Amino acid sequence: MSNPKEAIKEKSMVIQKDMLANLFTELSNAKANGKKVVYTFVPGNLTELILAMDMLPVYPEINALQSGMRKKSGSYIKDAEKLGFSEDVCTYVKCDIGMMLNGNIGPTGEKLPDPDLLLLSYTGCFTFLKWFENLERLYPGVEIAMLHTPYQEDGVITDDQIRYMVKQLQEDVIPKMEKVTGKKLDYSRLEKMLGNAAKAEDLWVKVLETAKHRPSPIDSYFAGVYYMGPLNTAFRGTEEAVQYYEELLKEVTDRMDQNLCPVTPEGDMKEEKFRLVVEGPPNWTNFREFWKIFYDMGAVIVASTYTKVGGLYDQGFRHESGKPLESLAKYCMGCYTNLNLPQRVDLIEHYIKEYKADGFLINSIKSCNSFSAGQLLMMREIEQRCSVPVGFIESDLVDLRYFSYANIKNRLESYFQMLGQRKVILAQEEEVVA
Amino acid sequence: MMKQAPDRLTSLLDECKSLAFDLNFTYAKQWKAKSKFRILVGYLPIYVPREIIHAANGMAVGVMGVGDRKQIIKGDAYYQSYICHLPRGIIEMALDDNLNDFDGFLFPSICDCVRNLSGMFKLVKKGKFTRYFDYPQNFNKQIGGTFYRELLETVIADMFKINDHKIIAAHLNNSIALYNRNRELIETIYDIREEFPWRLSAVDVYHIIRAGMVINVEKHNEMLAEIVDLISEDFGEPMDNIRVVISGSFCEQPPIGLIKSIEMAGCYIVDDDFMLGSRWIQGSIENTSHDPLNSLVDAFLTQSGPSSAIYDVGNPKSARLVKQVRKRNADGVIFCAASFCDPALLDRPDLQKGCDDAGIAHINFQFHENTGQFKVIKEQAGTFSDSIKLWV
Ligand code: SF4
Ligand code: SF4
Repeated sequence: MSNPKEAIKEKSMVIQKDMLANLFTELSNAKANGKKVVYTFVPGNLTELILAMDMLPVYPEINALQSGMRKKSGSYIKDAEKLGFSEDVCTYVKCDIGMMLNGNIGPTGEKLPDPDLLLLSYTGCFTFLKWFENLERLYPGVEIAMLHTPYQEDGVITDDQIRYMVKQLQEDVIPKMEKVTGKKLDYSRLEKMLGNAAKAEDLWVKVLETAKHRPSPIDSYFAGVYYMGPLNTAFRGTEEAVQYYEELLKEVTDRMDQNLCPVTPEGDMKEEKFRLVVEGPPNWTNFREFWKIFYDMGAVIVASTYTKVGGLYDQGFRHESGKPLESLAKYCMGCYTNLNLPQRVDLIEHYIKEYKADGFLINSIKSCNSFSAGQLLMMREIEQRCSVPVGFIESDLVDLRYFSYANIKNRLESYFQMLGQRKVILAQEEEVVA
Repeated sequence: MMKQAPDRLTSLLDECKSLAFDLNFTYAKQWKAKSKFRILVGYLPIYVPREIIHAANGMAVGVMGVGDRKQIIKGDAYYQSYICHLPRGIIEMALDDNLNDFDGFLFPSICDCVRNLSGMFKLVKKGKFTRYFDYPQNFNKQIGGTFYRELLETVIADMFKINDHKIIAAHLNNSIALYNRNRELIETIYDIREEFPWRLSAVDVYHIIRAGMVINVEKHNEMLAEIVDLISEDFGEPMDNIRVVISGSFCEQPPIGLIKSIEMAGCYIVDDDFMLGSRWIQGSIENTSHDPLNSLVDAFLTQSGPSSAIYDVGNPKSARLVKQVRKRNADGVIFCAASFCDPALLDRPDLQKGCDDAGIAHINFQFHENTGQFKVIKEQAGTFSDSIKLWV
């Protein structure tokens, strides 16, 4: 296996790096500065509300994925298993608990502050609920607020569901935040943040849509997970996030205008051979190697479902300052894993057609029932509806034991071979028609 | 000389046994065939308020998985190896027409596998309606209560579209009374077994309760009442067994062989969470109200038992498990959860800690509903039993 070279950084990446560094500095000084800290989840998060209350968010999922990328997750998981957690359960949970057992040291090497509030807004994943029940026991006495996000079981967001969520926000979540911080929510501040969020969301959609161009100037999965960071985590609603997406859009538009392929950790990709739509989260422990298999083969991910766990902005959703709580409620319910299976299949079909993809690939994650249960049926449906070759690989988010490089590489190579043959056949058919 | 179990009991138990594992749901289908206004609504583990289905001239039929009674051929092509067994058996049944004649399906909000299975039923077009039964995790009457009532009304509207049967208060109160009786009789069986566990084996109890999920409640109540009478008589002889509570088997059900092995290893199972839905509501539900839907809502909010499917901050399950162990005068807990079951397995460390803190011995198994080998489990349960006998 080759050693990946040092990643090449664009300006937007530098901006993002600074944003993150500042956040972690703020977190490490939180207690000294009297700032309250909220632990919460990424999908359907309430970042604008958290920031409007002057609190600092920590996302245990992000800690877990970063532990995976820093190759620390293996030992964290083992420590959680020693505590009685089964080998079979979601490894994000175990990684987070293991990290806690080992001093809760964040990616910058500093200890993350303990939470003042656990905000359990569990969009699209039942395991979130179990995760925070466990955290509540590990931080006895911590304030905990729960926001139950109803599932879009019928493929729509109903008025009853919105009312239910708004009432929870008004009568449970916001009062608990006010109790913890000792101050009232400033609605005008929240509205301003929601306005900023919408601006960043507009820009993000434009970034995503550059992938319709041939060649695509971005990889919507491997690079997409970096691009989506500020919007999906601690920065949505801030001016900084708007600036970040302005810069990102400028960069990718420049690339598009020059007909450049995506940037990879080893520089510009030379040629776009295959355009793919991918379903499922990536693997984090071997992220670079995983990505490399794709760019070495000229495969670009032009749309992915994982980059929609933090919101389906490309399908029209925007945060709205007019009705802030309704808007937050709709946001939570609209994230990808809160869609029912038929909606998920429709969305993938739409991406394959809209982004003129050559194939559809599932990276099925052992840990994650929310994503994985039902994927094999989704695959069949897509095969029937779109007549594109479908591929299926399996890995895990942060458990090294479930990433088999050789196996994945073999499968992907066969898949790309199939895509290549199909391209030749399609080209021949076109010639005959012409 | 030891008094034998009455013959009538043996024949009732045989009947329950054959009903419990009829994966073609023959009884329910025959029941429905008697009137074109009757409907069948299948539901998955754990809980749905069966009362509303009964009041809508329907029968709620528990679809608890195929256990080791049906070979999985298609189901495995629908599920990766790291997903629990239950949904693959259920999709197999759906594809094999076992569930034909069912009008609708309810998928209680218990985990993402069941949630996504509701979408799979939509994609393969099973049933006239399919609902993910997303019960509230907010237990404030004005918030979660309102939401839950709307959920019940949605299901009632789904059923009304099929048979035009309007639910009136008297119907629903009657249904509530029948299910109150059902739970009361089931609890009586557990209470009798608490004192005289040798009169019925845990497998017998399992069959009795599971049978109740595939027949009408009126018939089940008759059977239960008769069983209660029969086991109130003295027969059989106690064995030198320890007394255990089983925890973690609320959704995917353990194979009968596993339950049997635990008992044969010297453990009386004096309480369990098999088929928890039948015992979900603790105590009786108000059944004289002019607004019985409200009674069902209140019962859900205030009388739900402990479960991995319910957010338990403020009312921890571990304390409730310890209470259950004490109440049943049990010697230990056997944690027995399906492999890959996130809700059960993520609860386990805290439940184990609760037991440790309370000085309650415990062991732990994982299973698939179609596990076929029980030698190791029997040995471990035997060692557990011996160690308790030695030290307690
Ligand atoms: S099950 Fe999936 S979505 Fe849920 S916490 Fe685990 S990895 Fe995240
Ligand atoms: S056994 Fe567990 S994971 Fe499987 S469907 Fe049931 S609750 Fe979900």
